Amino acid sequence: MLASRLFTVARAFPKHAALGCLVPRLKHTLPDLCYDFNALEPVISAEIMKLHYTKHHATYVNNLNITEDKMADALKNGDINTTISLQPALKFNGGGHLNHTIFWTNLSPSGGGEPTGDLMTAIRDDFGSFENFKKELSATTIAIQGSGWGWLGFNPVNGMLKVTTCANQDPLEPTTGLVPLLGIDVWEHAYYLQYKNVRPDYVKEIWNVINWENVTERFAKARMEKLQ
Amino acid sequence: MHPVCILLVLLSCFSVVSSGTSAPYHGIEKYAEEYPLPKLPYAYDGLEPHIDRATVKVHHTGHHAAYTTNMNAALKEWKNDDTSDSLSRSSLLRILQNLQDIPVQYRTKLRNNVGGYVNHALYWGCLSGNQGNRTPTGTVAADINTVFGSFSAFREKFTAEAASLFGSGYVWLSRQSSTSATAKPPLVITTSQNQDTPISEGLRPVLVIDVWEHAYYLKHQNLRAKHIGDWWALVDWEAVNVLDGWWAKMDVKVHEDL
Repeated sequence: MLASRLFTVARAFPKHAALGCLVPRLKHTLPDLCYDFNALEPVISAEIMKLHYTKHHATYVNNLNITEDKMADALKNGDINTTISLQPALKFNGGGHLNHTIFWTNLSPSGGGEPTGDLMTAIRDDFGSFENFKKELSATTIAIQGSGWGWLGFNPVNGMLKVTTCANQDPLEPTTGLVPLLGIDVWEHAYYLQYKNVRPDYVKEIWNVINWENVTERFAKARMEKLQ
Repeated sequence: MHPVCILLVLLSCFSVVSSGTSAPYHGIEKYAEEYPLPKLPYAYDGLEPHIDRATVKVHHTGHHAAYTTNMNAALKEWKNDDTSDSLSRSSLLRILQNLQDIPVQYRTKLRNNVGGYVNHALYWGCLSGNQGNRTPTGTVAADINTVFGSFSAFREKFTAEAASLFGSGYVWLSRQSSTSATAKPPLVITTSQNQDTPISEGLRPVLVIDVWEHAYYLKHQNLRAKHIGDWWALVDWEAVNVLDGWWAKMDVKVHEDL
């Protein structure tokens, strides 16, 4: 935990835009990691965790802040061309920040096993069995072409769980409407130093560090919001 | 002498001068029952110190080999499924040029795996450890100057595209399709996602960089810019001109057939 605090990219501070727009804007920062870089070994190496958090996630945060600054200027100037041309960078870096923030909480050194309670009931209802769900999420995630994420999502319209994937850093909720519960990052940087091209081995092993408490919390929150 | 004949003479000169091994992309223009993993024109450590042995080895025997296996399996399944489909018995080039005509149940698998097979063959084919071929030369270099103003302007643009590509993909220098038997079509820089290829857009690629993370992660981790630098140091401009000539040879055949 101490190690991760040292790598927080920027402190939050209010930033005022000029010309009548007085809403202060906070800069995005790296979230704290709740475990040390080596905590998920042997499933995910300390080397990967350190690079993934301090380089990849940090870069998304930096570039998101830069893009939002440019976006604020463009909006202030009424420059529609620029606001539109910044959309891909916003989606990519914003998505990257959102996805990785969820991912770190989905993992835990004391994770693994199977969920219990309402989440397990919902999994059985919607997939037939936990084994079926695990097979489906694993196979779908392994089959992603190029870079992307496998997701267990909650559909707020029908209250059902769904397995799906997103390309690159496309964020789940804005692009599909599903609430993200559990994500598996299969960009090569998430596993390459340890597993090389054998993505199936990485996806098989990651089940040993899934933080079901966190996934359950997300599920409970999503369900409650649906009821309101 | 007809300009294309000059080109063919030059092409045969290059063939004599080269090591004699065929380029990794040879064979993609002809139908085969099954396609082999193309041989690299160099040893696994042949691109050192720029691209490390471990990366070249896993890139070739892991990634490129997997595309080869999966492509052959998908082609076999397609052929067995419909013995009358002539596209399934065409060259890989024709398949890539006609993706929309592949039956939908095979299309994604073939787009990804034929793409992966061909893209990697072209990537390997533009590189070498041969220090003698580092200077841009020949028709491609001349045409680069014409289109981009200078080689450094071209290199800057190409590098910027490679650095900013989101996710997995490639950056390409290609010729647009030939409309004339004599004039060389203009060069254009494009990018593609995943294993998509400009061949499917009717372009003829002469230079390509792979910016999937597996192309550089073992050596450079997140620092893609360093990989781009390594790649520039390995581009073999003679090989690029050979590839350019190879496309022209096929275009000549097309014109002769018409």
